[in-house]
Amino acid sequence: MRGFVTLLARNRLALVGLIVIGCVALLALITPLLPLANPNVIDTPNRFQPPFSAGAVLGTDHLGRDLLSRLLWGTRLSLAMGLAAAMIAATIGSAIGIIAGYYGGRTDNVIMRGVDMLMGFPYILLALAIVAALGPGLMNALIAVAAVNVPFFARNIRGITVGIAHKEFVDAARLSGMRNREIILSEVLPNVLPVIVIAMSTTVGWMILETAGLSFLGLGSQPPQADLGSMLGEARSALITHPHTSIVPGAMILVIVMGINLLGDGVRDALDPRLKSGALSRPMPATTVDRHGPVPVAQTDSLLDIAGLRTEFRVRDRVYKAVGGVDLHVERGECLGIIGESGSGKSVTALSVMGLVASPPGVITGGAVHFDGTDLIGAPYEVLRALRGRRVAYIFQDPLATLHPLYRVGDQLIEAIQTHDPLSKEAARTRAIDLLKSVRIPNAESRIDSYPYEMSGGMRQRVGIAMALANDPDVIIADEPTTALDVTVQAQILSVLSDLRRARGLAIIFITHDFGVVGQLCDRVAVMYAGQIVEEGPTEAVLRNPHHPYTSRLIDCVPTLGGGQRKLAAIPGLPPVVDRLPVGCAFAERCDKAEPACRADAIALMPTGAGRKTRCLFPETKQERIV
Amino acid sequence: MSEALRLTDLSKSFAVGKRLFGPPKAMVHAVQPLNLTVTTGETLGIVGESGCGKSTLAKMLVGLLPPSTGQIEIEGAVLDNADPALFGKRIQYVFQDPISSLNPRKTIRQIMEVPLRRLHQMDKATRAARIHEIFAAVNLREEFLDRYPHEFSGGQAQRIGIARALAAQARILILDEPVSALDVSVQAQVLNLLADLKETFGLTYLFISHDLAVVEAVSDRIAVLYFGAIVEVGSAREIFANARHPYTALLAASAPEVGRPIVAPETAATELPDPLSPPLGCAFNERCGFATDRCRAEKPALTTDETGRAFACFNPLSKER
Repeated sequence: MRGFVTLLARNRLALVGLIVIGCVALLALITPLLPLANPNVIDTPNRFQPPFSAGAVLGTDHLGRDLLSRLLWGTRLSLAMGLAAAMIAATIGSAIGIIAGYYGGRTDNVIMRGVDMLMGFPYILLALAIVAALGPGLMNALIAVAAVNVPFFARNIRGITVGIAHKEFVDAARLSGMRNREIILSEVLPNVLPVIVIAMSTTVGWMILETAGLSFLGLGSQPPQADLGSMLGEARSALITHPHTSIVPGAMILVIVMGINLLGDGVRDALDPRLKSGALSRPMPATTVDRHGPVPVAQTDSLLDIAGLRTEFRVRDRVYKAVGGVDLHVERGECLGIIGESGSGKSVTALSVMGLVASPPGVITGGAVHFDGTDLIGAPYEVLRALRGRRVAYIFQDPLATLHPLYRVGDQLIEAIQTHDPLSKEAARTRAIDLLKSVRIPNAESRIDSYPYEMSGGMRQRVGIAMALANDPDVIIADEPTTALDVTVQAQILSVLSDLRRARGLAIIFITHDFGVVGQLCDRVAVMYAGQIVEEGPTEAVLRNPHHPYTSRLIDCVPTLGGGQRKLAAIPGLPPVVDRLPVGCAFAERCDKAEPACRADAIALMPTGAGRKTRCLFPETKQERIV
Repeated sequence: MSEALRLTDLSKSFAVGKRLFGPPKAMVHAVQPLNLTVTTGETLGIVGESGCGKSTLAKMLVGLLPPSTGQIEIEGAVLDNADPALFGKRIQYVFQDPISSLNPRKTIRQIMEVPLRRLHQMDKATRAARIHEIFAAVNLREEFLDRYPHEFSGGQAQRIGIARALAAQARILILDEPVSALDVSVQAQVLNLLADLKETFGLTYLFISHDLAVVEAVSDRIAVLYFGAIVEVGSAREIFANARHPYTALLAASAPEVGRPIVAPETAATELPDPLSPPLGCAFNERCGFATDRCRAEKPALTTDETGRAFACFNPLSKER
């Protein structure tokens, strides 16, 4: 709750709305206690008194009634009507929406077509028709306004419910013996409640206006009872001669509706779960760089040399050190594997190379990335943009998420080609077909006009690779490109990548959690744990004879085909959270060889053999294993 | 050895292009009629690629989807109406995504109490005692009970999912990709926990996965599913090492293995058949190097050879390759 108020207060306008509505609501609540004149006592001799006259602060109306008193009583009534209408509409509309969305099928069809029919009428016409049928009066106006708003809630809530009704926890509740009614009340409803509140907060203002509108036409509150609409209606005839009788209720309606809408926007933003994760703030085109101290020099003259790279995420008062000093390099035609579990920093390392880590909250705080001799960290956006896709290309895990669903794959490929290469559309199209052929897409000439959803996962990933190849890059960074694919498709994709590397002399950085894939594809491998490289070396040597206890235990965890039924070795515990890293070795907590020295101080990556480095005080040297 | 589960002619078809009135435009056969028995105390692995019908099969087995034809017999009792509440006491389900299988707005205690209260009508004290017992069995601390699902890591959440399944006191668990959302170091912890629980409570498992090595490590027998039908069933030790069906062989050859050179395992059509217009004959014939005219015209039936291996193929691979 406190978090909600803080989020709300961050939006200044919403805070103003909250204060305004708070004051108005307070006044409305204490109206009966205030020493006000009776709002309905007629005093014709004193009609149309101007504001600030004796005995009537806001003046009097055409029957000499005290305007201040009528305004406060009227506000009270209008607010109550608006809230009541919103509650009724929300309750009935949400109930309809939840039932339609939960049961689906024919129930859904019949209910929603009925709702569509209601929505087919202009709403004010519908409200008028309802009041005309029921007769004028406050209650009938309330019913009309509520009924007109039911479809809005029904549609919104149905959409949300459909998503929730297919969640696994609903299936789990069913298997736990719950019946439909119980599932709706205890599983679905708590999850749609925030949406109902959001929808209500944004519609209360409307409903106050609508009830005021009906009263203005004389269909709502009946004389002598005051509400804001009827006050306006009665003042209409004196609009020119005595404008204050219209301005007083009009200004109040303006204040209330503006206040409620500002507050409603704030409530919506504060309750939206995406806001908490920072997703609503637009990321910058390149990662923020906040680098102190000397820039490390390139340690090798490789094509891509990463030295001492540090990237962190700053979320409110926490700092997550996702990458804590990584050194890597990759040569032309070489394939480097980065292996690690989720949260080990492998993807963030890769994204930092081209400044693609979302900022905020990501910040690069140290290190250098030398590509072809020039440091890219902190390079101007134009420089990065010219390199992205042109010299360094990425392949991501889920091609369905990276391809635009509404454009044909061919058009997306052509766009990628033309961004860096001023080719004619025809030439680019020929090039695109060649690219699709190079990743072995059958019938490339016709497939180029397919939409992403028409392709299987394997085909989409091939398009993703073709797109990465579009501008003949020097380095491809592939972030778990086969994790979402089936094994037979994975084998095909790996063979495409492997052939391309040999044919074009590509450097590949391949990020994965799968030792089998690394073992088949990569020349060298770096193992990451808690944001640091713990072991690095030629793939064959590392997998056959790991030096770091983490690598060794991790390999033992993974079953290999042909081993038969058996008990697997497990690593106890969980990886550390990167905002509270221990002083010494991050793996010490889970390591059976840990000594006090491991926890005392940071441990350096030390050479432990031909081309091999290990971050461990007690590397496993003697162990010979059969992989 | 008694039978824990017997499936007879079980199949599921989905209507495509439903209309408000009148028949649908087409039917997709997600699961072709299949027969399968699982003995008590056994772990049967089910492997197959996405779209092979393994999740549909699992959902039918627990009563979340009504089968189109056939019947399910659980521990001798025929359950033909899809009612999860009736199935729940005998057979339970462990979901692939541990976090999304827990209602984000309920505490773990509330989630754990539902099966005890609804399926077994336990009173408050009995429920508390039972939860204590189960949590001890799955190595979870009881202080977790008053927390919400988002506070847990994937591995812990999956333990909670397993604990919930145990609370129903079912003796058969359907494990639908229970470790594929977990990191490898945690995956081994959960697999070992499952093995321990099986021994302690005498459970029967149906272990569904796309990861051949994991399935092989935990199963006694393995059934290979392709395009909604079982193409091969055999002992876990033998089936991948000595596949008889070409599809099983293709799967085994595709699994990444350290040190094996990368070769594209197939060159011709590599796509799954279109479910709206399934091929005549064997569903695998377009991808198969051994396909003959007979394979393109006639559907091979699942037949068992003298060693107990069952496969659906006219031209099986030889026993000793």
